Amino acid sequence: MTNLEGYWKENVKLVLKLLSIWFIASYGMGILFVDYLNQFQFFGFPFGFWVAQQGAIYVFVALIFVYVVKMNTLDKKYGVDESDDDVPVEDLRPAEDAEDKGEQ
Amino acid sequence: MDVQTLTYIIVGFTFALYIGIAIWAKAGTTDDFYVAGHHVHPLANGMATAADWMSAASFLSMAGLISFMGRDGAMYLMGWTGGYVLLALLLAPYLRKFGQFTVPDFVGDRYYSDAARTVAVICALFISFTYVAGQMRGVGIVFSRFLAVDITTGVIIGMSIVFFYAVLGGMKGITYTQVAQYCVLIFAFMVPAIFISILMTGNPVPQFGFGSELVDGSGYLLEKLDGLSTEIGFGEYTAGNKSTFDMFCIVAALMVGTAGLPHVIVRFFTVPKVRDARLSAGYALVLIAILYTTAPAVASFARLNLINTVSEAEYTMTPQWFKNWEAIDLIAWRDKNNDGKIQYLAGNAFEGSPSFTDGTGASGERLLSNADGSSANELYIDQDIMVLANPEIAQLPNWVVALVVAGGLAAALSTAAGLLLVISTSVAHDLFKKMLLPNITDKQELMFARMAVAIAVLIAGYFGINPPGFVAQVVAFAFGLAASTFFPIILMGIFYKPMNKEGAIAGMVTGLVFTAAYISYFKFVDPSANNAENWWLGVSPEGAGTLGMTLNFVVAYGVSKFTAAPPQAVQDMVERIRVPRG
Repeated sequence: MTNLEGYWKENVKLVLKLLSIWFIASYGMGILFVDYLNQFQFFGFPFGFWVAQQGAIYVFVALIFVYVVKMNTLDKKYGVDESDDDVPVEDLRPAEDAEDKGEQ
Repeated sequence: MDVQTLTYIIVGFTFALYIGIAIWAKAGTTDDFYVAGHHVHPLANGMATAADWMSAASFLSMAGLISFMGRDGAMYLMGWTGGYVLLALLLAPYLRKFGQFTVPDFVGDRYYSDAARTVAVICALFISFTYVAGQMRGVGIVFSRFLAVDITTGVIIGMSIVFFYAVLGGMKGITYTQVAQYCVLIFAFMVPAIFISILMTGNPVPQFGFGSELVDGSGYLLEKLDGLSTEIGFGEYTAGNKSTFDMFCIVAALMVGTAGLPHVIVRFFTVPKVRDARLSAGYALVLIAILYTTAPAVASFARLNLINTVSEAEYTMTPQWFKNWEAIDLIAWRDKNNDGKIQYLAGNAFEGSPSFTDGTGASGERLLSNADGSSANELYIDQDIMVLANPEIAQLPNWVVALVVAGGLAAALSTAAGLLLVISTSVAHDLFKKMLLPNITDKQELMFARMAVAIAVLIAGYFGINPPGFVAQVVAFAFGLAASTFFPIILMGIFYKPMNKEGAIAGMVTGLVFTAAYISYFKFVDPSANNAENWWLGVSPEGAGTLGMTLNFVVAYGVSKFTAAPPQAVQDMVERIRVPRG
């Protein structure tokens, strides 16, 4: 029996960590402190303006990929990853066989 | 070749492509029809999600809105991308593990109640119809301006294309057409952006271009734009006007709304595995970010070009595009000081949207019957036209203009198709199969689903011919509703096991009623009261979803504390959806 409680705890912890970065980048730097950050020049942009219209989006993209990698590791660590023979049968069937399958 | 012939050729080619795909990807079962048989590759699903997601509002309206709003336009940029982080981390993998067809499916099963399912169906229909209306308005604008047909004919053509591939292929047909539509729309958006970036700054990457120096040696683009904007009374482009708290609420409503939109969520039901759902959200956001990081660059290029072209220009000397848009009521000019030149300043040129008389003025402009606005500004420009007008303003070759038209149509049609599918599944699957007629066979259900798409297409077509308001504003309504109904209920359904049906229903109804009432009051019942003094806590109707969501959470939590816990079977189900295996 795998330790599902431990898996779930680590999962929630990871999600909270990533969401705090998400919050700081968008609501923090892009909205609350945007005027303060605007006094710094970042290439040809005022920095606050750049975060609000560009930087926050790059952070979002990075966060999802970090999550994907970390979760795949976490799934393996607790032995709950979907190695191919563990996937529910209906999900593995090739398209041609789908006809004969009754839902529910 | 002239723009119109080229447009017919390029648009015709893309339409033929979509129809070809529809014939190839015909759906044989309800499984195919609702979720493309769960066989979609994560990258293909990412592309389809991106096209599904980027609507007429993203493609046609957003850069224009940012162009006129300056830095505050970031609310759309952050709001419409940040939601994918919530989706990937909090919803998509678990909903995929749950493994059914629709959002009401999840709500109905998790909250073991047909009442909850019914409320969810109503919410899904309400959101999807509001949203689809916005798409049809986009199709209408494009057709009337570039294909020289009236809006009614344009909408009918667009609707027949969607009708064809949605009815025939269902989710399977829609998915693969959306992959093609993504390619068309991103190419169409990037080509003019790159062209203009090179012309103005010499930098081929628009994301860097708007932070570069102008090629004419007049310094950094944004500094020049700040200067010009201030000169004509708009304030600095890189500074904000909205209150911080309002901005906060609008961004939150858009983000949470994105994560709660049923036509986006349902895309994650189509991939084979839980880990594909996570990865697919990542691909989707990368593909979306390409457009979303380019749009603010396009916005500032267009703004600078527009001010340079029209400010203090003689009306008789304005370029052809100016008169073309004036001819279809989207640009209007009144020569208040009779100098024959366009004074473009901050403030409304006149009250309301233009209503033209048949007469023409001294310079040949179309006369208006509207009362003068409070400002000396003489120019009215519909914000929705900026993306379409941009290549013409920058004097790009005709084929680029034609390409943008095809891109706008791809964006509007792909989103419309995704929404129509949600409408059809809500009716055929959630309403008929799960509640009214549980004994119908798979074949009969499939027939019901096809009929539901057909009827939904007709209703959407009606909205296209009689469009309600601005594209982006109508869409904002859908976001508010998604944020205040689905997001909290699904989130608590996964992360808070004691949440029960009483709490969920009370929460959804509170969120729906509050948000719909708040937005309707300020937008339709008493639009004159729509200003910061009357808003609750200073939150504009666009941010109402955040308040509705908060109320939903509080009410749902409170009610669940005083009512019975969910049955053991449901609690076990929650345990199961939390782990990928099994």
